[in-house]
Amino acid sequence: MKVFMLGWEFPPHISGGLGTACYGMTKGLDEIGVKVCFVLPTAVPIDTASHVQFRSPTNLPAVGKPDSGESGEFEHVSVRHVKAALQAYATPAGFEQAITKMVARQREMAIASRGGKAVTKERRMAPLPSGTFDGGAGAHYGGDLMGQVHRYARLAVELAESEEFDVVHAHDWMTYPAGVAVSAATDRPLVVHVHSTEFDRSGENINRQVYMIERNGMHNADKVVCVSYLTRNVAISRYDVPPQKIEVVYNAVDLPNNTELAMVPIRQNEKIVLFLGRVTMQKGPEYFLQAAKKVIQKYPNVRFVMAGSGDKITHCVKMAADLKIGGYVTFTGFLRGADVDRIFQMADLYVMPSVSEPFGIAPLEALSHNVPVIISKQSGVSEVLTHALKVDFWDVDEMANKILAVLRHPPLRKALRQQGHIELKKFSWTDSAKRLREIYDSVAVGGA
Amino acid sequence: MASVVFYFQVHQPFRLRRHTIFSSESDYFDDVQNEQICRKVVDKCYRPTNSLILDLIKRYDGRFRVSYSLTGTIIEQLQRWCPDVFESFQELAETGCVEFIAETYYHSLSFLYSRDEFARQTQMHCDLIEQLFGRRPKVFRNTELTYNNDVAAVVEDLGFQAILAEGADHVLGYRSPNFVYKPPNCESLRMLLKNYRLSDDIAFRFGNRSWKEWPMTAEKFAGWVDHINGNGYICNLFMDYETFGEHQWADTGIFDFLASLPEVILATGKNDFLTVSEAMDRYPVVGEIDVPHMISWADTERDLSAWVGNSMQANALHDLYALADGVLGSGDDELIADWRRLQTSDHFYYMCTKWFADGDVHKYFNPYESPYDAYINYMNILDSIRGRMGSLHLAR
Repeated sequence: MKVFMLGWEFPPHISGGLGTACYGMTKGLDEIGVKVCFVLPTAVPIDTASHVQFRSPTNLPAVGKPDSGESGEFEHVSVRHVKAALQAYATPAGFEQAITKMVARQREMAIASRGGKAVTKERRMAPLPSGTFDGGAGAHYGGDLMGQVHRYARLAVELAESEEFDVVHAHDWMTYPAGVAVSAATDRPLVVHVHSTEFDRSGENINRQVYMIERNGMHNADKVVCVSYLTRNVAISRYDVPPQKIEVVYNAVDLPNNTELAMVPIRQNEKIVLFLGRVTMQKGPEYFLQAAKKVIQKYPNVRFVMAGSGDKITHCVKMAADLKIGGYVTFTGFLRGADVDRIFQMADLYVMPSVSEPFGIAPLEALSHNVPVIISKQSGVSEVLTHALKVDFWDVDEMANKILAVLRHPPLRKALRQQGHIELKKFSWTDSAKRLREIYDSVAVGGA
Repeated sequence: MASVVFYFQVHQPFRLRRHTIFSSESDYFDDVQNEQICRKVVDKCYRPTNSLILDLIKRYDGRFRVSYSLTGTIIEQLQRWCPDVFESFQELAETGCVEFIAETYYHSLSFLYSRDEFARQTQMHCDLIEQLFGRRPKVFRNTELTYNNDVAAVVEDLGFQAILAEGADHVLGYRSPNFVYKPPNCESLRMLLKNYRLSDDIAFRFGNRSWKEWPMTAEKFAGWVDHINGNGYICNLFMDYETFGEHQWADTGIFDFLASLPEVILATGKNDFLTVSEAMDRYPVVGEIDVPHMISWADTERDLSAWVGNSMQANALHDLYALADGVLGSGDDELIADWRRLQTSDHFYYMCTKWFADGDVHKYFNPYESPYDAYINYMNILDSIRGRMGSLHLAR
């Protein structure tokens, strides 16, 4: 089984859970012997990427040719970079013509080379929206993101010509146009993986262009993989995807090699409650601060740490001041790598008050650092994580009640840590990879 | 002669309301939910089963006999919400074929934490039973059949003549539960041990269609009881009363099974039914059973881990009993009653993390989403109790 995998980010160049999930998933697939060719949109400096085989535009004679120095920790995974961000196209219309022609030509050749009979259905390419991006509620979309999405699609199709594989697997909407195009051009089945939807990112005020791309990707796919039943319900109700086409595969977490209790640095007798994630509407930072206000009234020996950046950050700073809890709240900005480990080691409690969270790997990471967690019931991970405290994100009283309980009662922290650590073992990327392999087998031509 | 000794445990706790750290009410018990559950269990189990048992006693002219333990909390609930069912228990008592046995009034784990409180609650329960059913209990069973040699010694000191315990394999070894035994450190206290195989055939397996003995007819079961002849005298069938109609729904045929059992048991003339006191009086003590460690009738472990197995349960129990002197010394009857209702073992059972991830029997009428929620709620209520103690202190 070989998979042509289309992704948008990969460690260490990540902005959120998508890159972490892609890393874990490919690692799991590697372990069970599924070959993966992973296509990324931007160049990653070679020196930061010793763990995978790299195809960087800077040292490629042509797109898609493997570079010579292959080495890495993953035996079956290779990574290709396409310069989506670097190439210029004149107009969206010109682009559309070019890619449509290219796909049609390649599809003919692919079908001819396999005996002249198409094995997958015709795919309807998404009507390509204009190149300028209207922003919408999701102000986190960069200016020329739509252009990058299209260039990525075209380059992926070019790259696919020189690769042999059984299944195309595309992660989140930025790669769906590429997935549909590659699947059509190569006459291979398509799996799209929904890590989040436009409704998770933007609430009701969605960006129609993104929505249409997501919808087109899901409808063109042979299987839609969702990260939770929560997300599956969104795919059914908001995107009209037939339920029987959707499979749920949960994310997982890598346990640290050293599973002993981490050494907690000596610090002042002050409890630390942690928020870690993008500071956006979706993540519910305001509910965190409102709960903080209530906690501080009962238990002043506490510090609330907001680690992350996002479009709500200035709003949150101001809100903390208005609530008169500024002295109890620390804003660290965006943390990465060792700083994330450090902040987890200092934390007594991790809170994920998300308004909408398709899955939510961060609570698993917190547990892997022996930090007990409170998670919102509006998260995919709450479907499977039992040894966590759960609250409705809007129920600020209950959130404060539970935060206080964890801070005040050491036996509760102990039970949550012990049981949580045991439960983590059921979140394995190898198991998720096995589920994916079953899904690949079910759609692959001549497969099981 | 093989004598069938039925003993039914009848209990419901006073479940707690949601109480956050911000709550200021001192009304801790969820009467709406408690009444709802009480009425449901009464409709499905207590009312039809009481009526069937009364019927069987009359039909077999007193040869069908059973024993009950009703906790103080279920008696309070029945008197309040289902007085007709409470009266039907009194009616059963009047037949003279039904024995009521003693336990701690609040179905508590007080033996483990306060012997004084244990003794007080046992007296309270005996007083209540004597007052309501006309006879002072002679036989004791501890909450969830928790038992060891020490329990036996204390119970003998309190004047009881017999005690019930689980016939756990690791306690009995090669011996059979079908005899009367005595504890090693008691003068005359006798032990009746649950025959867990035959008890569980009714309580757990009766409606299980994948069980190889399904369907278990009264004839088949009577045959197994008859096998005891030659290898014992008694067949101790101890179970939750909710077995009838609640754990085993009516459509499994459980009521028909119970209705046909007396006839087939009594048919050969070799077997009969006895209450617990009658069994201990009729049969000789054949040996001593040494139980140094605590056992119970719970789960497969038959130990205390369902109530005191994790750090939250240990902490909650410790903090509860640490309040004993302050609460009892307050002279505030309401405070004392609330504190005692908080001792009911169910509150700690809800905090059990064992098997929680799988979801199972521990969910039975459990008002909480997780053991952590149960603990948090409970600890907030203990805070409130402490607050009331403090304000009483200040008022003096």
